[in-house]
Amino acid sequence: MSGGTYLVAAGCTINDITGKISGLCTAKGSIHISINYPALVPFFVLGGGALVVLLLSAVLPKRPYRGLWAGLTVAAGVGTVVDGLVQWQQLNGSSVTPVTLGDQLFYDHMGAFFAVLFGVATVAGAAISDGYLEREGLDGPEPYVLMLSCSLGAVLMADAAGFVTLFLGLEILSISLYAMSAYHRWRAASGEAGLKYLILGSLASAIFIYGAALIYGATGSLQYLGVVSFLADNALFQNGVLLGGMVLVIVGLGFKVAAVPFHFWSPDVYQGAPTPFVGYMAAVAKAAGFAGLLRVLMLALPTLESTWRPIIWVLATLSVVFGSILALVQVDLKRMLAYSSISQAGYVLIGLQAGTAQGVRAVAFYLFTYTFMVIGTFAIVGVLQGRGEARNDLSAVRGLASRSPWLAGAMLVLMLGQAGIPLTSGFLGKWVVIEAVLGQGQYELALIGMLGAAVAAFFYLRVALIMFLAPESPGAPAGGAVTLSATGGPGAATAGGGPSDGGPESSEPGDSGWAAGAGRAYSGSDLQAIVTAGLSARDRALALRPPPHTRVRVPAATAAVIAVCVVFTVFAGVSTPVLSWAHAIALPWSA
Amino acid sequence: MSFLAATGLAIGSAWALYGVGTALVLAGALGVVLLRNPVHCALSLVTTIFGIALLFVDQHAYFLAAVQIIVYAGAIVILFLFVIMLLGVDRKEARAPENVRLLVPMALVVGAVAVAELLALARLQYWAAGAKSTTQSLSGPGSDIQKLGQTIFTSYLLPFEMTAALLVIAIVAAVALVRRRSQPPPAPPRKSAGALRHPARAPEAPGAAVRPAATAGAGRSAAAATRSPAAAASTPKTSNETREGRAVS
Repeated sequence: MSGGTYLVAAGCTINDITGKISGLCTAKGSIHISINYPALVPFFVLGGGALVVLLLSAVLPKRPYRGLWAGLTVAAGVGTVVDGLVQWQQLNGSSVTPVTLGDQLFYDHMGAFFAVLFGVATVAGAAISDGYLEREGLDGPEPYVLMLSCSLGAVLMADAAGFVTLFLGLEILSISLYAMSAYHRWRAASGEAGLKYLILGSLASAIFIYGAALIYGATGSLQYLGVVSFLADNALFQNGVLLGGMVLVIVGLGFKVAAVPFHFWSPDVYQGAPTPFVGYMAAVAKAAGFAGLLRVLMLALPTLESTWRPIIWVLATLSVVFGSILALVQVDLKRMLAYSSISQAGYVLIGLQAGTAQGVRAVAFYLFTYTFMVIGTFAIVGVLQGRGEARNDLSAVRGLASRSPWLAGAMLVLMLGQAGIPLTSGFLGKWVVIEAVLGQGQYELALIGMLGAAVAAFFYLRVALIMFLAPESPGAPAGGAVTLSATGGPGAATAGGGPSDGGPESSEPGDSGWAAGAGRAYSGSDLQAIVTAGLSARDRALALRPPPHTRVRVPAATAAVIAVCVVFTVFAGVSTPVLSWAHAIALPWSA
Repeated sequence: MSFLAATGLAIGSAWALYGVGTALVLAGALGVVLLRNPVHCALSLVTTIFGIALLFVDQHAYFLAAVQIIVYAGAIVILFLFVIMLLGVDRKEARAPENVRLLVPMALVVGAVAVAELLALARLQYWAAGAKSTTQSLSGPGSDIQKLGQTIFTSYLLPFEMTAALLVIAIVAAVALVRRRSQPPPAPPRKSAGALRHPARAPEAPGAAVRPAATAGAGRSAAAATRSPAAAASTPKTSNETREGRAVS
């Protein structure tokens, strides 16, 4: 800019050559704020995508093309990913003036990182939803509009520079997720899940906004930077209001990430909601909640670190311990994965508890890798459960290795990844968060994390065991392809029984089939005892039901997502580009 | 300084306003919780909102007081009343009594703990500290309304726009949930194969007949299945067409 710029009023400058007004201007009857448009591109892409889908659904015939809505959503997600990477390049590691648009939005590395994450989740979520919705007879533009708006809310939460913006992001995300949870019209459980999520989520939102109001009352600012500068200038000796606000904000966001005392909604919602949406929700809601929590705690309230770190310590411990232990006794796959995601949230909280830049980067890496693992896992569960989500219990994966070896292999990798077995991204993720707390001398927390991982490994490996060592029962009497893999090894890809229209399932001798299959290396009862350890008698019977006979059909888009998730889980586990990317995040605060 | 020059009358009226407003807020809130008739509950909510408007007046926020009455008492609670009337006032609530029996003491205990915490914090002088607040007009030239408007369209432009987005999304979500589709879910293919093989079974079990017929709409074997009269009767396609036909006529 040339020297023609002059100050008209406080915070308002006008360039007399170009006539460009910048800053907050009330002079000359004009009001102007500077807008950094590159920071807004994710919102334009996601919100514009949602509007395009809405508009096209209004003008196009009822069922235009198969996969059109999913394709548009994937395109918007790809756009978000690309824009996140472009933002990352443009920011170039510096975060000089991260605030834009009336100080409501950060334009920084962390926001770009999370934009990439949410874009990836949108792409994967839309791609796996397509086949599912088609199978369930639910195809339509609405779920994709909701998914895009949910991602919009998530990006808003991650970019928010104040409590108002954070709250709006939270609400946009939540309302979309409520409707997505209840979207399956033909399943009562889905409606119940949506209702539960709505009621409890609204309560959590109310608690959150109460906390934000208390923080405003104590500091006189709704912006993170305003809060931190007030707290830097003023020492509050009687800070009951501020502490109350902080605790309530932690409760509100802790609900979104399903940390343990606030996790009660999560198993029911995960169990009832449509499976691909659950995968998307587990990735996006958690990442967005943690992004908000990171900014609030690390950026706005660093002066209260000695107060919030013990709180996070307790939340992390409870999440890891209860999530892992309660997952042990679940027989429903989706419910088990819900508790597993609670325990995963505990690990993210461990990283947050460190309260350092290292911890924040560990959290970012963990969330990014978890996105792939959880969406991939739910994609597989979605194709295995069959029409109408008929089979969600553990026995649905029984003998999968012989029915569909590729799918079983993918599930195995994703399970090992979530369990934190070396050579997967899950191991590196757990490693970096535990390393971060060890750097702060938190040996107890590191120990709890490792013990929790050991407990969690059991229920992940149980799934693997059921897939590989428990073949299908050979009892199907009717014609067609007899699914005889009790003694044979894994057959051709997607071998399966085909559409075997055999007798009713109840007549099949499930347990004898089990024993026959397992009999070569182990005695059947030993294996049964291992696989069903911890389950109640009723659940044990459920877990040992014969597997479904329907052939596992994997839609192409879903297969691609699963493949990418598996490859990424291994790639990020054995090589370092992703880790070093997460470690390169330039934080907008000095930590 | 204006507050030093304030007369005793002004202080007294401010206290009276505060007292009346607080009493209205509390009385209305208790009414919402305790009254049995939902219409009375909604009207109690109006009382609460009116009390809050009085508190805004006490804070010299006259515009907010007016908005509070116009928007909340005038529009939102009236909408509540519409909904209550539409759903039926005199319908008995289906409540499980055993749950309530458990919940009431729990709620009382939790409420008592919360009140005790508040009192303890207030008594122990650990409570209020922070930024200075003002109970007067905002500083600077121009009226409060002007400043409010300028703030909304400058500093709070993004939240303002995002609120609009939020409302649109809420509408989309509501429409996505309540829109009824006449087409039931298609049944699994192997069941449809069974139905084709035994078409005579369909009329015997009407509950079971719906599912195979449902496949017919989407499945490849549509023509074959609809040939069976029982299946045709319950085929979604047909019912869909009749419904549309009625709408046209």
